[in-house]
Amino acid sequence: MRLKITHRTEYHYDQPIRYGLQRLRLTPVSGPLQTILDWKLTVEGAQEEVRFLDQFGNQTILVSIGGALQTVSVLAEGEVETADKAGVFGQHRGFAPLWLYQQDTPLTVRGEGVAAVVASVGAGADLERLHELKDVVGKRVAYSSGQTNVATTAEQAIAAGAGVCQDHAHVFCAAARALGFPARYVSGYLLMDGVVEQVASHAWAEAHVPRLGWVAFDAANGISPDERYVTVATGRDYRDAMPISGILLGQAEERLEVRITVEQ
Amino acid sequence: MTAFDEMFPGASGPRRPYASYDQWLKDQDPGRLTEKMRDAESVFRKTGITFAVYGEEEAAERLIPFDIVPRIISGNEWRRLTLGIEQRVQALNAFLDDIYHRQEILRSGRLPRELIANNVAFLPEMIGLRPPAGVYTHIIGVDIVRISEDEFYVLEDNARTPSGVSYMLENRETMMQLFPELFKRVKVRPVENYPQLLRQSLAAVKPNNVAGAPTIAVLTPGSFNSAYFEHAFLADQMGVQLVEGQDLRVVDGHVAMRTTEGYKQIDVLYRRVDDDYLDPLTFRADSALGVPGIMDVYRAGNITIANAPGTGIADDKAIYSYMPEIIEFYTGRKPILGNIPTWRCSDPSSLSYVQEHLHELVVKEVHGSGGYGMLVGPAASKKEREAFAKKLAARPSNYIAQPTLSLSTCPILTEKGLAPRHVDLRPFVLVSDRIQIVPGGLTRVALKEGSLVVNSSQGGGTKDTWVLDD
Repeated sequence: MRLKITHRTEYHYDQPIRYGLQRLRLTPVSGPLQTILDWKLTVEGAQEEVRFLDQFGNQTILVSIGGALQTVSVLAEGEVETADKAGVFGQHRGFAPLWLYQQDTPLTVRGEGVAAVVASVGAGADLERLHELKDVVGKRVAYSSGQTNVATTAEQAIAAGAGVCQDHAHVFCAAARALGFPARYVSGYLLMDGVVEQVASHAWAEAHVPRLGWVAFDAANGISPDERYVTVATGRDYRDAMPISGILLGQAEERLEVRITVEQ
Repeated sequence: MTAFDEMFPGASGPRRPYASYDQWLKDQDPGRLTEKMRDAESVFRKTGITFAVYGEEEAAERLIPFDIVPRIISGNEWRRLTLGIEQRVQALNAFLDDIYHRQEILRSGRLPRELIANNVAFLPEMIGLRPPAGVYTHIIGVDIVRISEDEFYVLEDNARTPSGVSYMLENRETMMQLFPELFKRVKVRPVENYPQLLRQSLAAVKPNNVAGAPTIAVLTPGSFNSAYFEHAFLADQMGVQLVEGQDLRVVDGHVAMRTTEGYKQIDVLYRRVDDDYLDPLTFRADSALGVPGIMDVYRAGNITIANAPGTGIADDKAIYSYMPEIIEFYTGRKPILGNIPTWRCSDPSSLSYVQEHLHELVVKEVHGSGGYGMLVGPAASKKEREAFAKKLAARPSNYIAQPTLSLSTCPILTEKGLAPRHVDLRPFVLVSDRIQIVPGGLTRVALKEGSLVVNSSQGGGTKDTWVLDD
């Protein structure tokens, strides 16, 4: 499936920024499930400093902000050819060792909540258990925006019983690790049926299964990702795969506008 | 347990490397020597060498005592040490490259994965990053102890940010000022060119895309740091800028320093700021000592950071116990310089051995340094041992233990004449496209009679270290 994506992020500051940096992980790379036909990142109001592949193989761009401008806009757009392989990404690539994906991170620390999620997953083959886990996570954490934020941990989301895709992905990762699978957080885009305009970028998770390799699970939607999904960045949790993260010097208040379209 | 004395091992007179010095010493008037000892102190006060000791509110800065009797090593002894150190340093860099890439040593089962996976010194941000010339640890201080005529052991590898080289240089300068005639009589190999060698060594690992002479700078946490004197001293001696985090920012894809003519690109940064504080965008967000975004510039290949972040994984005390395996794995040869037998308290049977033999062992924290938080069993009181045993039982994997070695001694000058004191040796190694070791290093000496703790933070002193040109 050929997907056309635009992702515009605009930061408005109430006063000029003395100095700031933003790290952009907004460039998808080609892989077993997707081929990048065309991709462009346009940054206005900030200057590109360097681009590099991070430790998880994510294409990353560092931009700096400073001067009189009070608006920074980042437009990521392009076309991606996707394939439906029932979410099977396949063999692990890169130097990040699989054991790294088995470790807790601050956002995915395992406590009583995760233990309870894990306990409700029955015995069975690896894939069977992971699918069951995906369903359990979807049930335990009802989709509800505004209940959680970017700093919400897996345990907190379970306790709240509500969250967004990021929370589902964190709970899935934490629980999959507890079951003995390396697991990673995936940020990207999803073509929603019948709408072009998306509410936000999407997030899901992948677990590493012996022989098959990485297999994707979208607990928020209760499915295995198919050709409607585009992976942009992966990592141990949201913080590793954040589309935009940064540091600002000064007192400026920031207002954020995001507009994402995904269409065929 | 009588220690091996490097000057007078028995009643039959001095060992050969000390023969010429001993003759000179016999001709000296004891009163004049005592006077020289005081002169030495005033030289140090003038040059401003001080050392901040953590946890002492009153004396935030004090002099490290200097002893005027040199520690002398023969050319032959030094050649052997050099071979052993070179081998070790090669292995350390190969290990770091492997740990941040394919991790063959873990796949081979020679090193347990948990040792890396559960280690805070392992930095995921370094994965897949290969610095220029494949060098991760550029400046290394290898602590060596001697226990007999032929037995040298490596006590620890300081592969992060070893300090003390300024004392090596100042000690030599002081000795040459006090006893110029002595250096005419005894042929001692020079150490004065260390700053020059350091500068050349750093320049040789400049980023691949820098044409011409690179700009080098020394990054210090600031004047409150215990080693600030050394940072300023080395920058001055190399003729490069001493900078703090607040002077630097990312400009045009490079780390640049603020100057009166605007920002100037830095190509090689000799940083004396710890990993955690190096980049608030990547590591501790509350750090004001680092440079936001420097890791991004580093991954893009636009700066060399010496030493590389994440090198601590190679000098961790739990890793240390595997150094013989690590050396063999990467060099294909047995270690030339031995390791001290080490019990890893994470291992239950080792733990119970250590618990039963606390009175005869030295127990150290895995991530500790500077002699803080360690127990010297034979010197500790029963109460101290009991208190330590509780800490050990609570977190066994935080500790390793080693036998109490009878470190060699070297005489110091006391009011009652020469008296033997235990010493160790920290040679400084520079790695670029080659390995260079300045002949000598820093000899640390325990000034208290019988004491085995040489750390300056624990009341140790230093000596000039001579490698003979023989």
